[in-house]
Amino acid sequence: MSAALKHIVVAGGGVAGMEAAGALAEMGHRVSLVEKEKNPGGHLLQWHALFPDHRPADEVKHYLNKRIRNESITLYTGTGVEKIKHHGHEVVVTLSDGTLINADAAIIATGFDLFDARRKEEYGYGIYDNVITSAELEEMFNAGKVTTADGRIPSRVGIVHCVGSRDEKVNNNHCSKVCCVTAVKQAIEIRKQLPGSEVFCFYMDMRMYGPYYEELYRESQEVYNVNYIRGKVSEASVNINNRLVIKVEDTLAGRPLKMELDMMVLMVGMEMSKPGTLLAEASGLKRGINRFFETADHHYGNNLSNVRGVFYAGTCTAPMNITDTISHARAAVAETVRYINSR
Amino acid sequence: MSESSANKFGFTINPSRLINYDTSDRKVRDYVTMKEPSFRLCFACGGCTATCTAGQYTSFNLRRMNTYIRRGEITPLIEEVTRCMLCGKCLLVCPRGVNTRNVVAVASEAIRKLERNEL
Repeated sequence: MSAALKHIVVAGGGVAGMEAAGALAEMGHRVSLVEKEKNPGGHLLQWHALFPDHRPADEVKHYLNKRIRNESITLYTGTGVEKIKHHGHEVVVTLSDGTLINADAAIIATGFDLFDARRKEEYGYGIYDNVITSAELEEMFNAGKVTTADGRIPSRVGIVHCVGSRDEKVNNNHCSKVCCVTAVKQAIEIRKQLPGSEVFCFYMDMRMYGPYYEELYRESQEVYNVNYIRGKVSEASVNINNRLVIKVEDTLAGRPLKMELDMMVLMVGMEMSKPGTLLAEASGLKRGINRFFETADHHYGNNLSNVRGVFYAGTCTAPMNITDTISHARAAVAETVRYINSR
Repeated sequence: MSESSANKFGFTINPSRLINYDTSDRKVRDYVTMKEPSFRLCFACGGCTATCTAGQYTSFNLRRMNTYIRRGEITPLIEEVTRCMLCGKCLLVCPRGVNTRNVVAVASEAIRKLERNEL
């Protein structure tokens, strides 16, 4: 059977979905790319610059937009994927607006949700004005203005690692992988924009797992004087001068430490997305103990689901950076094409 | 030369600061681990110590105490366990879900047993 003119539904138009759709279209397949938001792009749309080289996020957005500019791709926006069932030789995909799409295969690329920082009550997100998330700091970078809620230039900024990751109290034992290097990148950006400021990262372990991450960490110390304190922040409050006060153990000094901050940035982790969860439940797709989609094999079946004709791409299976997400999406395409050709 | 005669010459012999893992006594660790298995989960983030009521004013440090237990460093441990007031605030922050308060209780129990040669 010819591999040409097959129809594949890609659920989710973030980095993984856009790359998968583009790669399939390039091979001559017909693709229905379904994105729940008004525009494709996913979380990348919020991001200003990327680690480890500070390249503008726009460059990757531009690449992905060009990737899906293909006559073989039909883009559905403002509607999610509710259910995928294997039926005969096909998969039947139900969109949230009721549309049914019959296709040869489906790739799930429903991505992740950022951890809702309100669930770590002790950090005061949503209570204190100057407690913000890493994503909100990116928006400030986009606007070219890093200020406190009342418009002042912060003289001291604290960055808290592992918010919603590696934390049994919020039912997330997994590491979100990218937050450590995001913290380092954002610390440098703050120091570049506000050379008079002091920046402190509060970490438990520095997980610089990717190429040039460790170098970025080193650069943050050598060139930008970013400070690192090893300890998990236990609580934040506000004093009479409306400054944040945090408590942490400086574990390397072996003593509790108190510090006033003008702004605290929470490195929110990645969780299985809500639409992904509903899709899993409706479609009988297995999930792991970390609640992400469970792949058929961690080592050699990392794009395969437990439903015939349904494949996974990107962070719907586990936290990943953009590089790994794009590679994972390309691997999902290879598995999908192999499946279609072998039927 | 005995220690007392060394003192006459203005010298003292310092006790070794080495953690000698081969001669230290890990019976307390084994007892604590058996009675409170969550003890093994500590990854030394210091959240407990940051929030500790006793630690603001005394040298009590639960994170360090856990390390003493793990390494079999009994002498500093004996002093450390008496400082905890068992308020349990540390329980509320521990990201690994260690039953921290019970670790202190079980560690004191282990020390009492050790002193009576019951471990």
